[in-house]
Order: sequence, then structure tokens, then C-alpha cells
Amino acid sequence: MFAQRLMESYRKLVLAALAAGAGLLSAGFSFGPKYVLLHPAGPVAKSELHVFILALELMAIVAVIVLALFFYAIVRFRDTAGNTAPYTPNWHSHTLLEVSVWILPAILLLFIAIPTVKTTFSLAHLPKGKDPVVIDVTSLTWKWLFEYPKQHIATVNYAVIPANRPVLFELTADSPMNTFWVPQLGGMEYTMPNRVLPLWLEADKAGTYWGHSGQFSGVGFEKMFFNVKAVSQKSFQTWTTTTASAHPMTLAAYDRLLKQTTVGDSTYGNYPADTFPTLASGFSLTGSGMYMVMHDKKGISYIPMVGS
Amino acid sequence: MPSFVPYLVHTLFPPGVLLPDILLIDFGLICAGIGVIVLLTKTRRWGWLWYDWLTTVDHKKIAILYLIASLVMLMRGGIDALMLRAQLALPTTHFMPASQYDEVFTTHGTIMVFFMGMPFIFALFNAVVPLMIGARDVAFPRLNAMSYWLFAFGAILFNISFVIGGSPNAGWTAYPPYTGLAFNPGPGENYYFLALIIAGMGTTMTGINFLVTTLKMRAPGMSLMKMPMFVWSTMVTSALILFAFPPLTVALAMSLFDRLFGSHFFTLARGGMPMMYVNLFWLFGHPEVYILIIPLFGVFSEVVATFSKKVLFGYPVMVASIVAIMFLAYGTWVHHFFTMGAGPAVNAFFGLSTMLIAIPTGVKIFNWIFTMWGGRIQTTTAMLYQMAFIPVFMVGGATGILLAVVPADYQLHNSYFLVAHFHNVLIGGTLFGLLSGLYYWWPKMFGMKLNETQGKWAFWLFLIGFWVTFLPQYLLGLKGMTRRIYTYPLGFGWHDLNVISTFGAFIMGAAFVVLVYNIVWSLLYGERDLTGDPWDGRTLEWSLPSPVPEYNFPRIPVVHDRDAWWAMKQKGQSLADLRPEDVHDVEMPKNSPIPFLLGASFFVLGFGMTFAWWPIAIIGFVGIILCLLFSGFDYDDHHHLKADVIRQTEATLGRLQG
Ligand code: HEM
Ligand SMILES: [Cu+2]
Ligand SMILES: [Cu+2]
Repeated sequence: MFAQRLMESYRKLVLAALAAGAGLLSAGFSFGPKYVLLHPAGPVAKSELHVFILALELMAIVAVIVLALFFYAIVRFRDTAGNTAPYTPNWHSHTLLEVSVWILPAILLLFIAIPTVKTTFSLAHLPKGKDPVVIDVTSLTWKWLFEYPKQHIATVNYAVIPANRPVLFELTADSPMNTFWVPQLGGMEYTMPNRVLPLWLEADKAGTYWGHSGQFSGVGFEKMFFNVKAVSQKSFQTWTTTTASAHPMTLAAYDRLLKQTTVGDSTYGNYPADTFPTLASGFSLTGSGMYMVMHDKKGISYIPMVGS
Repeated sequence: MPSFVPYLVHTLFPPGVLLPDILLIDFGLICAGIGVIVLLTKTRRWGWLWYDWLTTVDHKKIAILYLIASLVMLMRGGIDALMLRAQLALPTTHFMPASQYDEVFTTHGTIMVFFMGMPFIFALFNAVVPLMIGARDVAFPRLNAMSYWLFAFGAILFNISFVIGGSPNAGWTAYPPYTGLAFNPGPGENYYFLALIIAGMGTTMTGINFLVTTLKMRAPGMSLMKMPMFVWSTMVTSALILFAFPPLTVALAMSLFDRLFGSHFFTLARGGMPMMYVNLFWLFGHPEVYILIIPLFGVFSEVVATFSKKVLFGYPVMVASIVAIMFLAYGTWVHHFFTMGAGPAVNAFFGLSTMLIAIPTGVKIFNWIFTMWGGRIQTTTAMLYQMAFIPVFMVGGATGILLAVVPADYQLHNSYFLVAHFHNVLIGGTLFGLLSGLYYWWPKMFGMKLNETQGKWAFWLFLIGFWVTFLPQYLLGLKGMTRRIYTYPLGFGWHDLNVISTFGAFIMGAAFVVLVYNIVWSLLYGERDLTGDPWDGRTLEWSLPSPVPEYNFPRIPVVHDRDAWWAMKQKGQSLADLRPEDVHDVEMPKNSPIPFLLGASFFVLGFGMTFAWWPIAIIGFVGIILCLLFSGFDYDDHHHLKADVIRQTEATLGRLQG
């Protein structure tokens, strides 16, 4: 009689598992392009997704083992009349089990840890032999300012980048903290006042990729969406030259941007010097940031962080 | 009209607190307040309230006070959560203004962590730890009452913000420079900093108290390795509190200085370093998440053994794992800001340390399963929560590992994936653990069982509601939805999953209603617990009658075994066969109004400082000094309970021979 009950519960379990699996599978087919994290469009996002999936698969193995043990235990050892399962009220230790619950998870975690460390280090450096485009990003309340130090142009709430070429974003804030995030190109990095942090991204193909802030910074924060347009190298060149002839950004215009407002896109032909620390000021690219100290209105000095 | 009146009205009641829903709540609160006053006066209960409750130093009563406060806070935090979910259900809606949404997610998180989770844990500590170790009270009973009143008045200070002056709105993490005056005028953040500093002092004192209690007050024979797991988890949690709260207090105080006294620790202007705050906060914050889960590991270890009718599997391993967690918990805090540019070496280190801490956590899961293995599982409500906890917490832990994978975290940080992760562990771990403990120890605290049928209804609603709410949020994270956004455009494909998530939240809301009904119904009609041992328990608290008399143990038991009470029962012993000559006079701590007055003084100080009204603050400060002086020179702090009184009590309970 018990065996029958057991079989019944098991059949239910198996059915439920099948249904769940089928659900997941069909969901898998519908992980459409809206799942931006699963549709990377550049090498950074791709390698981040790669370790994520690897870790996910290994965790799924753990989950299957734990769930199997767990469901077996709660079905088999229920306190029901006539349960014939062995009852061992004083069984409290088993050396092999007690040791393996430490060792086996540790071994499994090694398989996650090694790629984690590798990818962490490899993403901290720009790929060698490729000349990056540098864009200085400042988060303002509640908008994004992009300055191109080489091209001397600036944009608000959108950026244009060449595809297939690494872009080095140098991030800072003249506002509360935000994070700069373009999911399809790669992970986020904070923008912080008095600090500059580097983040490099690259687009594999032309296209428009949306970005957003991930750190709450006030009532207009949810409007801090922006677009990154990846175009061919040639169109990028044309774009920069035509843009260079647009109206320059004045200090007064910058001060207007500092106000707590949300604004649309805009484009400037030039911008005041020293609104941002640049590569020329000795900024290093090795993945660690630096402190920046402002003296009055103008004049900034930089203190590299230890280890950068 | 004197000129200060408009100033007062404007300061205390800015437009942000004059929204229709808040005014409605004001009205309700005033009515309820009047109702309570009338009721107390009519039934002549003021003396009862003061002498039996507000001045009590009895750990069992303090436990009940903590429990009431945390259930009220669970309701407030839960209503906040439903408001958040209502706003997020559909794209581009304006269920409430953006400024109010920001306040609501801030109060939701802060309340759930500091004013629901922590006091609920302290309720369980107070209710059972002294009983489990065979003690008559905690090590410092009056300090215990002070802890409670500091917490309670801190909570009141935090909660009045939404009717007076405006709520804090920078999230429960309160990152600067957004909390600075430049971006955040108004008293809201002052409330946050001051309330947390005050409540945090109470928490620190609780940590000291229970550390000393578990180290020094154990019954003869109860060596460290004979302590019940819940006592171990209390000891470890207390140690964590002791070292985690100072950095928080420092960070909060520095932020407060920036706001009140014009310093520039974390401001945008003049080279402040906001990241220093972030470091300090998470230096506290990561140990804090373990403070919120380790006690529940203890609860689950007790519950699983009792209801599997089997001894806990691998006790030494269970002890080793929480001790390991205790040390490792201080070494992982940077995983909360991998994306703040600490460099690959630092990030890799903290990614690995986080994976390391998952090992002892996983070990515990296996041991609970092995405890059920070969047992006879009784599916009481307490046990159902324990059984639900295992798969839910495992998913939370697994997603935690994914977040510890540094490159993956670059994509997942501050997304809804993160939101889903911490609710997975906080609801599936903390809340389920608290409820499991509540159903398990309720008979001991109140003398009757909670109705099991109603309890199971609440349980299933919580469990189903939980998955329906938070599974979609993982997917939303993969769709790039970031946390704390007030609303979102249609084009991202976020709306369908958000509707489902909101639906789940309301299922959990229904679960809470059933829970409250369950409690009220059981208080009125619940099955009395006449044996004192309704679950056939294993630890010493079940050797006592329910509810437990003031002095706990008429005679301090001698402990020989790990599951002390179980072993006594096996040997046919009982504590109910007391001989009259075994009973002696007992020294008991005396009630005192000082803890309550001290808390009230801190409240006055905090309120004054919130609005920078220094005369009021000074009054509060003087009150604090006076309370401390009186308390320090008050040598009349205990009384002797006569042996005759105890004999009589025990005799009426039928526990005395002859
Ligand atoms: C009915 C159950 C609950 C629901 C529907 C819910 C929902 C939410 C939502 C919508 C948010 C805001 C997400 C955002 O940042 O935009 C949130 C944040 C949070 N919740 Fe819950 N929650 C629930 C229960 C709990 C419990 C029981 C705890 C703790 C024990 C908790 C702790 C937190 C914390 C710490 C935050 C972060 C707050 C912040 O970032 O400022 N929640 N929750
Ligand atoms: Cu953490
Ligand atoms: Cu976590």
C-alpha cells in the first residue's frame, strides 16, 4: 500500500518536472531579442554572457542533485501510517558524507572560479593592437554628456561609435552616482564624482543599442536612457567632421546641463577645456581608476589609485 | 498669528506629506490612537500597561514586545511593497508621484531589514535562548530592555517621517552624494540616519547581551558542543553584530555631519569621496545579511530535528560551518560594488571569497536533508516552512554565486536579477525562517497553538506568491530592467512579466491577511497547550510549562546530553517531579522605567536633530544623561522571589511532588 502511495507521489513529481521542463524549453525558444543580456553585440558582452552561462549550467547540476535528494527524502520519510522506510532516529554522522559535502562543492566551484578570474583580468585591458576611440562620459542630473577629446565634439544623451573598434569610455559624474550601462555591449560601471573609471566596450556590428543608468539618482533617474549608435568607420569619420562644425558648448550651456532636469538629445561642435580629465593627463588604462582633485573652477590634478 | 506658525506648518507638513492617501492614513492613525486611549481608560489598563509591559525587564515579555513591533512593521513594509508593485505593474503609469515612489522603496527596504527582520530575530532570541540554556534571564536584563526601547523609539522616529516632514528617499543603502543637502533638502534623510543610529545602538547592545548570555549563563553541564544549534546561531549572530554595526554607525554619522554641520566627507563639492561611504556601508552590509539569516539557520536546525523525529545530522559540521561563515562574512563586502573600479585583482579576490562562503552554506543544506533522511517527517506548518526553505534558498544561493562571477555581475548588478536574488534569500530564508520559528515556539510564548489549518493556508499562499512574484523578476533582469525605476516605457517588453510579478505580490498580501487572521483566531480559540511539550521537543524549553512562569526554572537543570530534554525523556526523567525542598529563593531583576525613558529621550534628541531644532535636541540629550546617571547609581535593581511563592506556582501547575 505504501509503495503504491509512493509511486503515486512520484508519478506526480515526474509529471510536474516534465511540465516545468517543457515550460522552460518553450520559454527558451522565446528568449527573443528583448532579452538583451542573452543577445550580446560585442566581445565584452559576449564573454560576460559566456561565463554567466557556464556558471548557470554548473549551478543547475547542483540544483538537480539537491532537489533529487530533497524530494526523495520528503516523499520517502513522511510520517504516515505503514511507512516501511527505515527509521534511524539516532543516525547523526557519516564521515564520508560529511567530508564530501565540503569537497565536492569546492571542486565544482573551482570550475566557476577559474574562468571568472581569467575573464575578470582579460576584460580589464583593452585588446592589444587596436586603436581605441576615447569618449569621456559625465553623468549629470538626469542626462548623459559624451565628450570626444580627440575629435573635440560633444553630445547629450546619445553617442556615436565606430563598429569593430574598441571604445574607451572614461566615466565620471557631476551629479549623484549613476552607472553607465549598455547591456548589449557589456556590463556597467559606476560614474562617481571626483573619480574617473575606465570601461571599454566594442560593437560587433552596426546598430543602435540602448543604455541606461543602473543606480538611482533622483526623481528623473528613470528617464536616463540613452542610445549608442554603432556605425561603420567611414560614417563615423563623416559624422565627426560634420558635427565639428556644429555650435560649440559654452560654459553657460554646461551649467544649464547641471540643472536638475531631463532633456532630449543635442550635439555640440566643441566644448570647454578641463570639463573632463583626459588620457593626455596621464590617465591609465589598466582597469583601476584614479582620483581627481578639483582646484576651484578650473585646474584638475590627478592622483592614480594604488595598483593602477 | 505669530510668524513661526507658517514656518512650523511648512516644515512639518510640506506638500509631500499632504497627499490624499497619507492624509487618509493620518486620519486612521488618529482614530486608532483615540480608540486605544479610550479603551485603556475604560478598562483601567494604564497601570497594567506601565507596570507589566513598558517597564518590564523579563526576557519573555520583551520577546512579545519585539514580536508585536515586527509584525506591525511587516504589515507596513508589506503595504509599501504592494504600492511599489502596483506602480510597476504597467508601463508609463502614474499610480503615485515619482517622489513618493522613491520614498516608498526606501521605507520598504529599510523597514524590512532594520525594523521587521532584526526585531523578529530578537523576539526569537529573547523568547527561547534563556530557556534553551537553562537560565532565568539574559545576562543583563535591564540592558535588554534598553535595547528594546532604543529599537522601538528608533522605529517610531523612522515611521513618523511619512506624516511629519517627509520620508527618506535615497534607498535603504542611502548612497551619497545623493543624500547630501545639494540634492536632498528636507528632513527625510536626517530621519533615516538618526533612526538607524538609535536603533543600531540598541542592536549592538543586544549583540553584547546575547554573546555574554550564551557564553556565561548556560546550565551546568552544557558545554559549548552541547548547545542547541539555535543557541550556537545566536552566539555567532551576536558576534557578527558586535563587529558589523560600528562601521554602519560611523558611515551614518559622517553622512549626518555632512548634512547638519557642513562637513565634506562624501559630498560632491570639495573633493568628498562617496565611495568611502559605500565601503563602510557594505563592510556592515554583508555581515548584516548573514545576521539576517544565521538565526534562521538555527531555527531550521531545531525544527527539522523535532519534526523528523530524529537527531540533527552532523552537529559538529553544522557548528563549523556557521563559525566559518562568521569569519568569511567580513571578507566579501566588495561584491556589492564590483563595478566601482577597484581593479581586476581586488574584484577577483572578492569574487573568490564570495564563492568560498557559499561552501559552508551549502554544507548546511545537505545536513538538513540528511537529518530528514531516515526520519519520520511530520508536516506541521513550522516544518512546511522548513521544507519550502530548502529549494527556495538553494535557488537564492545559486543566483548569488552567479552574481559573484565578476564578469556576469557587471551585467546583473542593480538589475532586477539582483532584486530577485535578495528577495529569494530574504523571503525564502529570513521570512520563512521567522514564520517557522513563530509557529514552532508560539505555544511556548503564549500557551496555545496557532491553528494548523489556517497556518497551512497562509503557508501555501506565501510560497506560491513568492515564486510568482520573483521568478519573473529574474527574467526582467535579463531584459535589462534596472532597479528603483519609477516607471518604464512600453518598448522594452518589460510589461508582461511585471504584471505577473505584481499578481504574485498580491497573493503574498493575501497570505499575510490569513496569517493575521490565524494569529487573532488562535489567541481567542486556539488549542491550549497543557503539556508544555506539544511537539515532543528535544531542547530544554519544552521541559517547562507554557507559558513559562516568571522565574523560568524553579531548579536549574543539569545537562548531560546535546538534546537535553529528549535524553531526559528517553531516560524517563522529568522536571515536573520537583520536591518542595529543592526550591529556594530566587533572585530576579526588578522592573525599571529607565529603559523606556532612555528610549524616549533618544527619540526627543533624534527628533530635534532631524529638524536642527537644537533646544529640543538638548532636552533629549539631558534626558539621556539623567537616565544613565540614575541607572548607574541605582543599586536597588533586583528582588527576591520567595521559595513559597514558587512552590505555590509549581503546585498549581501540578509539577510539585506531594
Ligand atoms: C510581499 C513581499 C515583497 C514584495 C512584493 C517586495 C517587493 C519589492 C520591490 C518592488 C522592491 C523595489 C525594487 C526596486 O529597487 O525598484 C523591493 C526592494 C527591497 N526589498 Fe522587498 N518585497 C517584499 C518583501 C520583502 C522582505 C520580506 C524583505 C526583507 C526581509 C524585503 C527586502 C527588500 C530590500 C532590502 C529591498 C531593497 C530596497 C532598496 O533597494 O532600497 N522585501 N522589494
Ligand atoms: Cu554581500
Ligand atoms: Cu546576496
